[in-house]
Amino acid sequence: MEPAEPTARGGCATLDAELDPDSAEWLRSLGGSARESDAAQIRLHALLLRIARSEVRRRSGQLKISGPELDDIAHQAANDALMAIIAKTGQFRGDSRFTTWAFKFVMFEVSTKIGRHFWRNPTAPIDAEHWERLPNRLALDPAQESEWRELVAALRRLIDTVLTSRQRRIFVSIVLNEVPVDALAAELGSNRNAIYKALFDARRKLRAALVANGYLDDNTSRRP
Amino acid sequence: MNGQSALDRFLQTDPQDVGCEEAMGWMHVYVELVATDPATVSRYPGIAAHLRACGPCAEDFEGLLAAIAPPAT
Repeated sequence: MEPAEPTARGGCATLDAELDPDSAEWLRSLGGSARESDAAQIRLHALLLRIARSEVRRRSGQLKISGPELDDIAHQAANDALMAIIAKTGQFRGDSRFTTWAFKFVMFEVSTKIGRHFWRNPTAPIDAEHWERLPNRLALDPAQESEWRELVAALRRLIDTVLTSRQRRIFVSIVLNEVPVDALAAELGSNRNAIYKALFDARRKLRAALVANGYLDDNTSRRP
Repeated sequence: MNGQSALDRFLQTDPQDVGCEEAMGWMHVYVELVATDPATVSRYPGIAAHLRACGPCAEDFEGLLAAIAPPAT
């Protein structure tokens, strides 16, 4: 299958590729008679559930969830992924296998469910501010505190003065309180993209302010 | 690592980063390229930059890569 070309933003351009036989069969059966479509949805759900179970198991090491709760998340993710896939089948462009496209919805739903689940046992209240964690989050060596104390104090001042209240709240929640991005998105009624963008903009503003105040050099805007 | 370089690294943002929405929109295409033809991945610097910086999207990507991998024999 010919891959899409990157756009100026680094993404890809839309294309309508010829479908592989498996993908064509999924589309045909899902869009077929009511009986055919129902049978295809049952098959697809079983496949999505298998992937969801495998994914929650893969992530279980990072979670305080196990057993029936984990399986419940897998079921919820598979159910909601199926609904999203059925609603968006017309948007499938054929630029990957149908199942790869479908499994993507499982990943998103697993992330969303785990994000919501975080608030059942949060590591910190939403309004907490664990400033004492900042040096550790920056991977600063405690033995060299005399070298970075002033820098961290400047960063804290700039967090209060340079960021908007929303950027500050997001920065504090994610960086200081270690709230996962998807959990914060669920709590704020937002989405991952909006939270990430706010954090991206906050980091950029803080860096620019530190450069402007002479705490950082302006010669390190490297691209990884 | 001294305080300046640690903080600088922490605050670095990549201008090529396409963000979550675009990365998620193309993740199914990108993951098949990674699985079948890793050499072509360099053609998608914006998505690669995003996956380096965004833990949640990278987690979804790793899960999707595992999901499409052939079963172990």
